[in-house]
Amino acid sequence: MANFSLAPTSKRRGEKVIRGILFSAAGLSVVVTVGILASLLIPAVAFLREVPIIEFLTGTRWAPRFEPASFGVLPLVVGTLWTTVIALSVAVPIGLGIAIFLSEYASRKNRRFIKPVIELLAGIPTVVYGFFALEFFTQTILKNWLSLEVGSFSVLSAGFVMGIMIVPTIASISEDALNAVPQALRQGSFALGANKMQTTIKVVIPAALSGIAAAIVLGVSRAVGETMIVSLAAGNRPNISLNPLEGAQTMTGFIANAALGDSRVGSVEYNTLFAVGALLFLLTLLINMISIRLVRKFRQVY
Amino acid sequence: MTTLINKTNHERTPAALIFLGLLWFSLFTAATFLIILFGSLLLDGFSRLNGDLFTQYNNTVPVEAGARAAILGTLFVVSVAALMTVPVGIMAAIYLEEFADKKNRFNRFIELNIQNLSAVPAIVFGMLTLGILQLLGFSNKNIVFGGSLALALLVMPVIILTTREALRAVPQEIRAGSLALGATEIQTTFRQTLPAAIPSIATGTILAISRAIGEAAPLLLLGALVFITYDPNGLLAGFTTLPIQIFGWSSAPQAEFKTLAAAASVLLLAILLLMNGLAIYIRNKFERKW
Repeated sequence: MANFSLAPTSKRRGEKVIRGILFSAAGLSVVVTVGILASLLIPAVAFLREVPIIEFLTGTRWAPRFEPASFGVLPLVVGTLWTTVIALSVAVPIGLGIAIFLSEYASRKNRRFIKPVIELLAGIPTVVYGFFALEFFTQTILKNWLSLEVGSFSVLSAGFVMGIMIVPTIASISEDALNAVPQALRQGSFALGANKMQTTIKVVIPAALSGIAAAIVLGVSRAVGETMIVSLAAGNRPNISLNPLEGAQTMTGFIANAALGDSRVGSVEYNTLFAVGALLFLLTLLINMISIRLVRKFRQVY
Repeated sequence: MTTLINKTNHERTPAALIFLGLLWFSLFTAATFLIILFGSLLLDGFSRLNGDLFTQYNNTVPVEAGARAAILGTLFVVSVAALMTVPVGIMAAIYLEEFADKKNRFNRFIELNIQNLSAVPAIVFGMLTLGILQLLGFSNKNIVFGGSLALALLVMPVIILTTREALRAVPQEIRAGSLALGATEIQTTFRQTLPAAIPSIATGTILAISRAIGEAAPLLLLGALVFITYDPNGLLAGFTTLPIQIFGWSSAPQAEFKTLAAAASVLLLAILLLMNGLAIYIRNKFERKW
């Protein structure tokens, strides 16, 4: 029994190969990101060679297909801002309300019934939301029921419906954050004589704030990147206007609309698409990083 | 003698009741919206929800138009996308959850990167695919392969994230037991951990695939809004899908096309509800609580 060894008897080269394959599958995601950057930035840089970046970022007229062409992206940014603000002002109160109800008030039975219903909202394709916004929300609700002076396209309709689309995102992440608040904090508050509402507003929500903020930031990211609802219901006219009943084109709306036309690969028109795409990507990247940071924060506290 | 505050009155101050009322109102709004959406689509599209929707190709005459090419296109494109993305996504998740050294900088970077990718706007994946197709030398952008690639890249982060969660839910004792009996890490992963996680992985995968079925934005960039009057018959064939067809019909001026768009929306929702139901069924039936 002298030569007893615990070392493996076989080198198992096959297993090393499997590990290698698994690793390359994970590494593929980095390749995808590099691919995104390359496919957006190369045409975008070509675009910026013909249009000065100052004109692109600060110009107030967006007309890449007209003579004389004009490449000020601000109208698209304003369109995106408008739809996002409207969407968030719908999604934040409703999503947060649902999250608070589910985490603080609902019985186990109610929760089992309510959660799938809210998840259904997340499963509806955005093109269906867009069709609903265009045909029903604008025509029936805004025009007929509320008798608003609204054309076929409006920022209000696109933004509102987009807000409903984002509700599940905000509700589920906020609910996670609220659930992560230790029960002891609630019990402490009750023991001091606070009722449920006071406990929720003054103890639970402040404790869950970074998670709720992450939910809202992720909601912003979804609203900024959403394409089908805005291209169907907000219209295709770049427009800097403070009237939510008018239509406007967003960054994503422009990309989708320009892709429908046939512009030659390499032409300025074609590259315009990628310049706006690169701006959109960098904007959402920034927003996502903020959201990831915030989530880490609330995971660390408890 | 002191009296304790009556609990019921304490919980029923006007402010507390208004607060609870607002919570109910937010639930009510979401539920009403859902009901109105389903109801209005059914009502609008009911007259065209018949066999012709499935058997007829698209047509400039609305009465004779159907969604056959779009339905088959969706099936084809999404199946190919699933074949591309599900194995890779699951392997990536296995690496990150079971083998990656969490302290390694590169692994942490991969994780952050996947989290980011999962929130990249869908339309960006269309632009990426345009770049890839150009790089590979395809002159035609409206091909099944391109559509599948775009959807595969889009849902891969989702599959990785849900698979990781499924693997994480498998208790450490299962792995320890297997390793203690002399199994290697690879054997443990593929014979113990992965099989135990399969139901949750299946649920997550089905939900990811239903997201691919409903997605239109990246395909719009690949020129999928085309008039197709044949069944897509190969990876290089032109294609259109159900969401794109709905988009096309919604933007058409004639009212009959809007009816068709509503009917096709109902069909799309029915498919997605069915898949969601399947996912919930698998979750309830097979998922183990440890």
